[in-house]
Amino acid sequence: MSKHEKIGSGPELSRRSFLVGVGAAGLACGIGVSGLAEAAVSFSPTVWYSIGEDGFVTVNVGKADMGQHVASTMAQIVADELGASWSHVRVALMGNDPKYSDPVLGATITGGSWSTMMNFETMSRAGAAGRIALSEAGAGMLGVPVDQVVAGDSRILDKKSGKAVSYADIVKAGKASRAFSADDLKAIKLKTPDQYTLIGKDIPQIDIPFKVNGTAKYSIDATLPGMVYGHIVTPPVRYGAKVTAVDDSAAKKMPGFVQAVVIEDPTGTVTGWVVAVAKTYWEAAKAAEALKVTYDNGPNAQVTSESIVAEGKRLQSMPGGELFYKVGDAEAALKSAAKVIEAEYTTSINIHAPMEPMNALAEIKDGKLHIHCGNQFFTRSCGIAAAAVGMKPEDVVAHQYWIGGGFGRKLDGDMMVTAALATKAVGKPVKIVYSREHDMQMDFSRPLVYQKLQFGLDGAGKAVALQHDLVSAWATKRWGIPGFMSDSADGHKGVLDSFAVNGSDFYYSVPNHNVRTILNELAQSATPSGQLRSVAPGWTFWAVESMMDEVAHAAGKDPAEYRLALLDGAGVNAGAQRLANTLRAAMGLAGYGTKKLEKGEGMGVACVSSQERATSSWTACVAHVMVNEQGEVKVKKLTVATDVGTAINPDGVRAQVVGGAQWGLSLAMLEKATLKNGAIEQTNFDSYTPARMADLPEIEVAIIANGDPVRGTGEPTVTVIAPALGNAIFNAVGSRVRALPITAEAVKAAMKKA
Amino acid sequence: MPELMINGHKMAVEADKSTPLLWVIRDNLNMTGTKFGCGAGLCGACTVHLDGVAVRSCQTSLADAVGKKVTTIEGLSEHSDHPVQKAWVAEQVPQCGYCQSGQIMQAASLLSHNPTPTHAEIVEAMNGNLCRCMTYPRIVKAIQRASTDMSAANETAGRKA
Repeated sequence: MSKHEKIGSGPELSRRSFLVGVGAAGLACGIGVSGLAEAAVSFSPTVWYSIGEDGFVTVNVGKADMGQHVASTMAQIVADELGASWSHVRVALMGNDPKYSDPVLGATITGGSWSTMMNFETMSRAGAAGRIALSEAGAGMLGVPVDQVVAGDSRILDKKSGKAVSYADIVKAGKASRAFSADDLKAIKLKTPDQYTLIGKDIPQIDIPFKVNGTAKYSIDATLPGMVYGHIVTPPVRYGAKVTAVDDSAAKKMPGFVQAVVIEDPTGTVTGWVVAVAKTYWEAAKAAEALKVTYDNGPNAQVTSESIVAEGKRLQSMPGGELFYKVGDAEAALKSAAKVIEAEYTTSINIHAPMEPMNALAEIKDGKLHIHCGNQFFTRSCGIAAAAVGMKPEDVVAHQYWIGGGFGRKLDGDMMVTAALATKAVGKPVKIVYSREHDMQMDFSRPLVYQKLQFGLDGAGKAVALQHDLVSAWATKRWGIPGFMSDSADGHKGVLDSFAVNGSDFYYSVPNHNVRTILNELAQSATPSGQLRSVAPGWTFWAVESMMDEVAHAAGKDPAEYRLALLDGAGVNAGAQRLANTLRAAMGLAGYGTKKLEKGEGMGVACVSSQERATSSWTACVAHVMVNEQGEVKVKKLTVATDVGTAINPDGVRAQVVGGAQWGLSLAMLEKATLKNGAIEQTNFDSYTPARMADLPEIEVAIIANGDPVRGTGEPTVTVIAPALGNAIFNAVGSRVRALPITAEAVKAAMKKA
Repeated sequence: MPELMINGHKMAVEADKSTPLLWVIRDNLNMTGTKFGCGAGLCGACTVHLDGVAVRSCQTSLADAVGKKVTTIEGLSEHSDHPVQKAWVAEQVPQCGYCQSGQIMQAASLLSHNPTPTHAEIVEAMNGNLCRCMTYPRIVKAIQRASTDMSAANETAGRKA
């Protein structure tokens, strides 16, 4: 997908009504769990919120809130234009009703660090429409002309008399009644940044009070009368197995056991799964242990991490693949370059492992498939769940919850498919909760990526060419949604998955810059991959930004200065100056080049235009490390500067950036999954080891927000950390590590070579 | 039928005595604030207090809990106003929030035994509690804030007495 356009199809995905009128209730779909609102009869100027007789504004959030506080952010944008008092704002999490689809993408999807940038205008206009309607009604009730009133603090104030009428009173009186067509909404003049009352302020996040007392509801907490639990039994390989026999004779003797269901999934989302159904989670878990299942392990039973790398190298060495980015002619320019620097970069398989394991509760009732599941992509997940049980997508009613960590994992619908098939089989509501072992081993993981880069320098050391080849599984192609595929740079239609390669189209001015992306079918089949927080920029910038240092050193230049010279903003790279500025900001904050470093210490820089070229949040990092003779790395400090254009909630941005920096560190140094005999070897947090409190360095963050359009913050920082660390390690002890995660052994081995 | 003393209430539970306390709390007693994270004592999401000490409820059997006082996040305070909970809000700690019941129970246990922990003592006590959103820096700050608030409250109480 080279530009952002609607990915959904059918009129129901793009239709949007903005009729204003009192009593347009029925929109208030509060799901009746703590932290979420249930509105009574109300004034609903748009689908995006309603105002109750009590004056409470309930913002209808179509985005999945998995900790990025997007519900609060949407509410903050609406409330600012609406003139609502923050103490009178609540949120309701919407399910799969297309009314609440993303206004740009036309689907119910949350990802890409897109939510705020793609919904800012729609939420602003929705809020403003309500303010206009309430101002007119309020002025009428006060008996004064509308240009004499001002909206704010959930009331309409007559500037002359000082008299005011509250939003609650206006709604109660049923006086607000103005219809806004799409054109009317478009014509509304929005606030300028100097007029913001809530945007730009550290407003307390709306969900936090419910997350400190156990009342916030996640889908794992959902219950239905008469429900039973399903515990999955999975085959010895990640994908491609078939169940050949199930012996449930021992399970039948277990307390609470209901039945064993072989999951025959026509959508191919899961293969070779059996569900042990019992009355409680624990009884289902025990019954699952007692089931004896035999399998045909299928075509992937011999695949390993090593064979995926080998296949990557083989594919890269041959013609093929698709051209993702083309400026000039890299092949020709490399032939005439004074010097060519060449290197291979790899990343490992990584696992999402959100703290809330995958789960879904499904029930078929009155011809509808109800699914309770905190999910990031209802449009697709509900579609495949429906297909699995032979129903239509419009027969699915999805119920959204607070999500206990998504990081891209809950874009997938395997848990919904499994729950739907299980409930169809047993005729009762079934709640599927993966064990941690299942959650890890059946992850739609971050793919193992093999990259080869060849940089050509001219006689003065200037970068004149880059041929960048990437070989990996293509996570988004697996979804089978044509709208998410992109055309190649040489005109082949819909042939490539840009989400496997984004970031390689960087903003440095390199006159001959070609990027080739190749699908690794072996990996695609054996390790169905997914979108893991920061997706492709998490590996493309690892390679590009490490390589940029290698090239700078080869040219005898300071790596930071070398980058700044290439970030000239010329031609297609307009905007690069902002990236240069974030690099300068991070350098200044960190004391790059000025701070005295001890022996074994080093600082390294990296800067990124993540997530996509069109949606960059300009982000730079200076990593400060100390490396001992054993190659053990202590990260002393990470300094991050990020230009997000506009910070809706600066404290929320800071939380995302600090969290993202730690994710970057965790992926760079601590997290590694491996495939053996077609299976992920890591099963729990003893073998797959995300950062804990003791692993963390000092982190300093500078948020740059100069009033440019808002950009995403959830992911970009993740991508800048690994290369900054790799570069710092090189500057500290001269070892260049080209595989993630960076291990002490690799650092030490490279020291010897250096 | 085994009987539990949980959050000050006696409750009879229809479950096998070998069932992990976590699932008794969640499925039998329908108190869902205590979370399932790993089932192996590796993440701390299921942390509750047993006689005031933080334990992993996924590694504690119902039999182990009988005869002891069990406290869950729902019973930590009556009005969500335990100093640790207040500090968690003040520092805006939670992101997804899923691990936070366990983090808060672990922190409350730490502060009840060591009211003024050093940074190193905080890390030592909290290192078993995973946060995948990695809210760790704010957890540290919130524990320090709660420690300060509790000390101040104790001083005030001392002066009044």
